[in-house]
Amino acid sequence: MITPAHYIVLSAALFIIGVIGVMVRRNIIIIFMSIELILNAVNINLIAFSHQWQNVIGQVFAIFVIAVAAAEAAVGLGIILAFYRNKETVNIDEMNLLKW
Amino acid sequence: MAEAIAFYALSVLILGFAILVVSTRNTVHSVLFLVLNFLCVAALYVTLGAEFLAVIQVLVYAGGIVVLYLFVVMLVNLKRPPETHQDPRRQTLTGFVLAGLVLGELVAIAVYSALPPTPTGGVASVQGGNVERVGYALYVDYLIPFEVASMLLLVAMIGAIVLAKKEL
Repeated sequence: MITPAHYIVLSAALFIIGVIGVMVRRNIIIIFMSIELILNAVNINLIAFSHQWQNVIGQVFAIFVIAVAAAEAAVGLGIILAFYRNKETVNIDEMNLLKW
Repeated sequence: MAEAIAFYALSVLILGFAILVVSTRNTVHSVLFLVLNFLCVAALYVTLGAEFLAVIQVLVYAGGIVVLYLFVVMLVNLKRPPETHQDPRRQTLTGFVLAGLVLGELVAIAVYSALPPTPTGGVASVQGGNVERVGYALYVDYLIPFEVASMLLLVAMIGAIVLAKKEL
């Protein structure tokens, strides 16, 4: 019997993998992909509870999360390209223009 | 029983591909593992009775966003891989510790809010198909947020075009 707790554990594990990717990797493209993993973990939670309560609103919110993820990917990758054109790097350790 | 087998198989695939996304050296391989991860998540949505979300997941994530990532990886042709530059002040250990703290927080939330498992009813017994119900909720109850989301996508599109222009 698969309970919502199982889905919560799966979603938390996926979330943590994404957090580790954001914290540890230096390639900003991989960091963005880790953020997508985090958003996917959120969506799994929403869908699992939508299934649990037989309520479709969770799925509607998952659609909104996907829309926000698409917007975030577009703008973020645009920023990466603009930055790469100036500094020839995608290493976040070298991206410190706004750092005191 | 079949539900449990599908859940555990998909969980192993999802987590395995996620680990590969985060740990692979080659960025292109990382993007391809991300596609596989998204497809497995879409399969999980199907087992949860959210067919519309599964299709959206495949179309938008595996089809759209990942192609965007691949384009950027190809455009950003790395002469030197970013991981070779070592920052002496970089604190990888702190990163792991912070991720562990987030894990502890999630576990605490899960423990505190653990509700007794209530039996889930059959999925197909609800009136109308999944697409019909999602569409009704989206266009009737959540029309304003839906329009705001379309506005957000428009703004993001314009922003991405402006950012990617030749002279900023």
